Amino acid sequence: MQEQKTPRLVMEGITKEFPGVKALSNVSFQLFPGEVHSLMGENGAGKSTLIKVLTGVYSNDEGTVKLEGSPIHVANPLEAQDLGISTVYQEVNLCSNLSVVENIFIGRQIMKKGRIDWKEMKSRAEEVLARLNLTIDVTKLLSSYSVAIQQMVAIGRALNVSARVLILDEPTSSLDTDEVNQLFGVIRKLKDEGLAIVFISHFLDQIYEISDRITVLRNGELVGEYMTKDLPRIELVSKMIGKELDAVSSNRDEVAKKERGEVLLEVEQLARKGSVEPFNLDLHKGEIVGLAGLLGSGRTELARLLFGADKADSGEIKINGSKTKLNIPKQAISKGIAFCSEDRKAEGIIPDLTIRENIILAMQGINGVFNYIPKKRQIEIADEYIKLLNINPRNPEQLIKNLSGGNQQKVMLARWLITNPELLILDEPTRGIDIGAKAEIMKLMISLSKDGMSILFISSELEEVLRTCNKIVVMRDREKVSEIDNGKQVTQQDIMKQMAGGVV
Amino acid sequence: MKSLKLDYRQLPLLATFALFIMMYAFGSTRYTGFLSTQVFLNLFIDNAFLIIVAVGMTFVILSGGIDLSVGSVIALTSMVAASLVMNAQLSPWIVIPICLLVGSLIGLGQGCLIHFFNLQPFIVTLAGMFLARGLSYLISVETIAINNPFFDFMASSRIPLGDSFISISVVIALVVVVLAVFVGHYSKFGRNVYALGGNEQSAVLMGLPVGKTKIMIYVISGFCASLAGLVFTFYMLSGYGLHANGLELDAIAAVVIGGTLLTGGAGYVAGSVVGVLILGIIQTIIVFEGTLSSWWTKIAIGALLLLFIVFQRVIVIRSKVKKSSVT
Ligand SMILES: Nc1ncnc2c1ncn2[C@@H]1O[C@H](COP(=O)(O)OP(=O)(O)OP(=O)(O)O)[C@@H](O)[C@H]1O
Ligand SMILES: [Mg+2]
Repeated sequence: MQEQKTPRLVMEGITKEFPGVKALSNVSFQLFPGEVHSLMGENGAGKSTLIKVLTGVYSNDEGTVKLEGSPIHVANPLEAQDLGISTVYQEVNLCSNLSVVENIFIGRQIMKKGRIDWKEMKSRAEEVLARLNLTIDVTKLLSSYSVAIQQMVAIGRALNVSARVLILDEPTSSLDTDEVNQLFGVIRKLKDEGLAIVFISHFLDQIYEISDRITVLRNGELVGEYMTKDLPRIELVSKMIGKELDAVSSNRDEVAKKERGEVLLEVEQLARKGSVEPFNLDLHKGEIVGLAGLLGSGRTELARLLFGADKADSGEIKINGSKTKLNIPKQAISKGIAFCSEDRKAEGIIPDLTIRENIILAMQGINGVFNYIPKKRQIEIADEYIKLLNINPRNPEQLIKNLSGGNQQKVMLARWLITNPELLILDEPTRGIDIGAKAEIMKLMISLSKDGMSILFISSELEEVLRTCNKIVVMRDREKVSEIDNGKQVTQQDIMKQMAGGVV
Repeated sequence: MKSLKLDYRQLPLLATFALFIMMYAFGSTRYTGFLSTQVFLNLFIDNAFLIIVAVGMTFVILSGGIDLSVGSVIALTSMVAASLVMNAQLSPWIVIPICLLVGSLIGLGQGCLIHFFNLQPFIVTLAGMFLARGLSYLISVETIAINNPFFDFMASSRIPLGDSFISISVVIALVVVVLAVFVGHYSKFGRNVYALGGNEQSAVLMGLPVGKTKIMIYVISGFCASLAGLVFTFYMLSGYGLHANGLELDAIAAVVIGGTLLTGGAGYVAGSVVGVLILGIIQTIIVFEGTLSSWWTKIAIGALLLLFIVFQRVIVIRSKVKKSSVT
C-alpha cells in the first residue's frame, strides 16, 4: 500500500566527488511517509555523504532533491532544519561546552518576553529525554557525560522538533540493548505518526527489526532498493560487499580451548574509588579475554586503569611476574600494553594528519621522537595495514578527517597493532565497522593471539565475544561478577543474565 | 560526589572574585585612605572605557577569536571625534553617531573577512590595528585638544552617590555591562557565541547561523571599541594617534583574568568586569605605595595572567578526569 503514497523525499541522480574520491555516483533514493528506510553499505560506501548532501553540509555536483514534490536546494544545515529535516549525524556533533538543555534547544530556544526561558527549557528537556528513558541532570555540561548519553542527547535534540524527515546516522553505535529498545519504541511511534525516517546502522539485527525498506550502496553506487521482508540477510550482506561473506571460523571450542602460555598479567584487588571496585584478573599469553557488561558497568574504567590512563588507588599489577606501577600511559606502553580507546573522536584520531601519520603515531612514540622512521618504511607499513584492514581509500596520504567513520576506526586499530604489543586492550573496536571488516578484525584477533599476543576485548556484541574469547569476564556496577570459560555450552543468554544480575 | 557540587565552569570566575577581594583587603589594611567608597568608585571612573572594550572582547574570545584592533579603534575614534568637533565644528549629536559607525564598520569589515575568506582573526585584526592607527595619524599627527561644552560636561559632571560620586562614563559602562550580560545569557545570539567557541563544526551541523554570528561578534567588538573611544575622549578631552596604545592587550588580559577561556566556549561578561577592576586595583595599590614605578603594574599583570592561564589549564584537565570517571 505504501507504493501508492507519494514519496516525501526523492533524491535523483546524486553525484558527489571529493578530490580523488567519487563518493557518490548517480545515486537515487526515495523515502515515504510513515516508513523507516535503512541505508546499508560497507564503510566508505557513501551513506553519510548522501545524508550530508541532503542536509546541505556538502553540495552535490549533480542530481536533484525533491521534498514533497517540489525541488529544494539546501545550502546549509540550517536550511535543512527549517525545511523539517532533522538529523543526528554519525559522530556526536554537539557542543560539549554547553549544558545538556542547551544542546537540545540551541538554535530554537523557547523565548518568553524576548529572553530565553531557561526554566521552561529545562523541564521540556527533561521530558524529551524521558521519552528515551533517560533521567539525568540536564543542567550539567554535556562533556560530563559518556558517549552513550551524548548520543542519546543528540537523538533527543533531533526528536524535539516536529520534523517531516528524521535522519539517524548510526545512532545506536554506542548504545546498549535497553537504550536501543527505548529508541526503537520512539521510532515506531513517530513512524505511526507519519514521519519519514532514515536509519543507518551496521547492526543487521537492528536493521531487520526496525526498517521497512533497505537501500544498498556500494562504492558510491546504488545497488538497489528492497523491501526488508523480501531480502534475506545473506543476500543483503553479499549485495553490500559484492561477494559472499567469508565467515569467521565458528568452531568455538577450538577457539576457546586454544593453547595459552604462561601468565602475562596478574591483577590483584585493583581499584579506583568511584570507578572500579577491587578487581582480580589473570591474563595468559596468547589468551583473548572478553570483558562483557552493560554501559557504565566499569569496563572502560578498568581498561583505563590497566593502561595507566587513570591512576589506581589500591591494588597490585604484575606483568611477567614482576610488580609494576601503571600510573601514566607511558609506563604501560613501555611494558608492551596498547589501548585502542572507544572514543576515537576525543582520544584517538588527529583529523588533520594523514592516514600514514595517524598509523605511525604510537610507534613513533615508542621509538622516541628522535628515532625517525624513514618515510619509505612508513608508507610500507601504512600500505600493509590499509590492505590488511581494507581501509578505504587506499591512499596513505589521505587526511583522516576525510575518511568515513568506520575507516577512521580501522586506522585507530592499525595504529596500535603495529606496535606489536604484548597486551592489546580493545575497547569496542568494531563500533561503526561494517560486517565484512568486523569479520576481518575478529580473524585478525584470533591469529594475533595464536602468535602469542594477549588481548583484552571489550565489546557490547556478545556474539563477537563468544566467537573469539577464551574466557569471558562479566562486570556489573563497577564490579567483576563472574568469569566464564568459553565453550560451546555457553550462550549469549547466560552472559546476559550475569550482566543484568540474573533477572533476565 | 557532593563535594564536587560546585560547577567547575564558575570556578575561574569565583577565583577572580576572591582575588579582587583579597587585593582590596590587602590595600585597605596597608594604606590609610584606601578603604573609601571614592577609591573604590574611582576604579570604575578610571577604567570605564576599559570595561566597555573588555565586554566586546569577551564575546570575541568566547567565540574562539581575538580582536587586536580595539586599541587603535579607540585612538581613531578620539581623532575622528576631536577633528569633527574642533576642525569641522560639527555638533556632538552628529559626531557621536559617526564615531560609533566608524568602529562598527571596521568590525564589520574584519568580521566579513574572517568569515567569508576563512581567515585567522589574529591576522585580520592585526591588519585592522595597523590600519586604524595609521588612519588616526592621517587625520593629524598632533594632539587635538577638545574644547566643547558638551564634551566638557561629559568630562566633568559628577553623579553623586552618597558622599562620593561617579562619572557619566561609569553609567554608560554599566549599561553596556548589563546589556551584555543579558545578551550573553538570555539571547539566541549570545548562546550561539558560546556554541561557536565550543565547536564550530558542530555549531554548523546543529544548524546555527555561524556566519552571521561571527560577523556580528566583530561588529559588536568594533562598536564597543568606538564607544570606549568616546568615553576615553571624554576622559582625556583630546584626540591623539597614540591614545590607548597597547590597550587591546590590557583588554585581553582583563578578559582572561576574568575567567574566560582563551580557546573560547566558556566564560562570563561579569568576569571580565572583575578582571578590569583587578587591573585597576593593581594600579591603585602602586599609586598608594608611592615609591614604586608604574611599570610594576605591567609586571603584576603579567604574573597574574600567567597564574590564571595555568589555573584554567588545571581546571580543564580536572574536568576531563571527572568526565572519565562518569563514563
Ligand atoms: N570531506 C571529504 N573529503 C574527501 N573524501 C571524503 C570526504 N567525506 C567523505 N569522503 C570519502 O567519501 C567516501 C564515502 O564516505 P562516507 O562517510 O559517506 O561513508 P559511509 O558509507 O558513511 O561509511 P561508514 O559506514 O564508515 O560511516 C569515503 O571513501 C570517504 O573517504
Ligand atoms: Mg558514515
